[in-house]
Formats: sequence, structure tokens, C-alpha cells
Amino acid sequence: MALLSSETLPIRAEIDVVTARRRVRDLAAHLGFSLVDQTKVVTAASELARNTIIHGGGGLMVAETLNGPRTGLRLTFEDNGPGIPDIELALRDGFTTGSGLGLGLGGAKRLASEFQIASRVGQGTKVTITRWKWRE
Amino acid sequence: MGRFLLVTIQVDMHDRLALALQDDLTQMISDTEARGVLIDISSLEIVDSFIGRMLGNIAAMSRVLDAETVVVGMQPAVAITLVELGMSLAGVRTALNVDAGMELLKSAVNGNKQGYGASLQ
Repeated sequence: MALLSSETLPIRAEIDVVTARRRVRDLAAHLGFSLVDQTKVVTAASELARNTIIHGGGGLMVAETLNGPRTGLRLTFEDNGPGIPDIELALRDGFTTGSGLGLGLGGAKRLASEFQIASRVGQGTKVTITRWKWRE
Repeated sequence: MGRFLLVTIQVDMHDRLALALQDDLTQMISDTEARGVLIDISSLEIVDSFIGRMLGNIAAMSRVLDAETVVVGMQPAVAITLVELGMSLAGVRTALNVDAGMELLKSAVNGNKQGYGASLQ
């Protein structure tokens, strides 16, 4: 698997969520994702970017485009926030410590092809999703 | 038939803007004594859980203020993604386009009136 490109965006303020959505859309479109796949990965990015701000106190997004044998988009959201004590609970639909619906993390997982989460209490959280391009 | 409010969302909203729309619209329903609200989201490229919640809140608040809400024009890719995300927009009436939405609003508002009249008899 080859890394085609990598870029880092700050995710600190609400407007950064909009910027991240736009950038992910552009990258997914550039890779030739279908409209549905573009929409899924942008929506997942929106949920995770919001989590980075609300729960992580801000952080960054690394967007990587991947090639061969499959084409894909990998997004990593990283913060140095309080961390998640119980990841299984946090992934459950409806569970929230914020003001949302508790669909963010579980929803993003469903919208991605691959999902990884690592979190240490007091140190921060790192969520990585990969969406592979559907082979035609 | 009463007044209807028409809202077209044309920008990619950050969260605070979505909350402002929710508050402004609720105030507007009260100020204008609107009986129906039609929200056109055909320009929206995504609806995430935050925007979905906003739409649900607007529908719930307008119901409390005796108005009906219909959301129209959701793009198919957005609908597919929304359901996979885990949101079904329960409690939000939807229609394919503005025309269908207006018809739905008219019948909902008239239907409510008839229902009320009938219950008085």
C-alpha cells in the first residue's frame, strides 16, 4: 500500500469542522469515490471532528490518500483531551457525555470501512477511519 | 389555511449557525403565527447527527407552537448516509420536493383543523 498524499489540518474551532468536511470531500472526489461514498466519509469526518473539539478540547486531523492494491482515504483525529475511560460504552448508540445524540463515534464506525480507536485517560484519544473506494 | 414559512438552507452550516437557525425559526413561528414550516435542504451535501438533531428540534418546537414542519429535497446520498449513521429522523415529516412538501403541509394543517372541529361536536 502506497501513501499518495498526507496533510494535517487543525481541528480547534467549529469552523475547522466545516473546513475539514470540505477538504475530505475534495480528496474523496479526487480519488474517484462515488457520491454516496463521498457523503459517507465526509459525514464520518464531521462527527469525528466535532468529537475532537467537544470531547477532546481540540486537536488535529491527518488526511492520507492511499493507493494500490486498493484506493482509499484514511483520516486520523487526534486530541490531547481527557481520554475515554470505557471505549465500548462510548461506541454504543445513544451514549453521550455531551449534548449530542451519542451517534458520533458509533455512526462514524458504521460509515467507515475500517475503524481504530486508542485512548488513554488523561492523555488523549486517537481515532482512525479508512474508507476504501468501491471496486467497480 | 394560515401562513407558511419557507426556509432554504444553502450553506454548509457550522454548529452554532445551525443552533441560531433553530432559535430564529422558532421565534419566527411565534411572531408570524405560522401554521407550517417548509425546510428545503436540497443544497445540503451532508446531514450529520448535529444537523439531524436540529431538524428534529425544529419539528418538535414547531409542533408545540401549533405548526407543522416538513423537510424537503434531501439528496439520496444524504438519506443513505443518514440511516447508516443511525438517524431515522423520527418525528420529522419529509417530502421529495417543495411542491410535494407544500401539499403535505396544506393537508396536515387542514387535517388538524377538521380533527379539532370534529372533537368539539
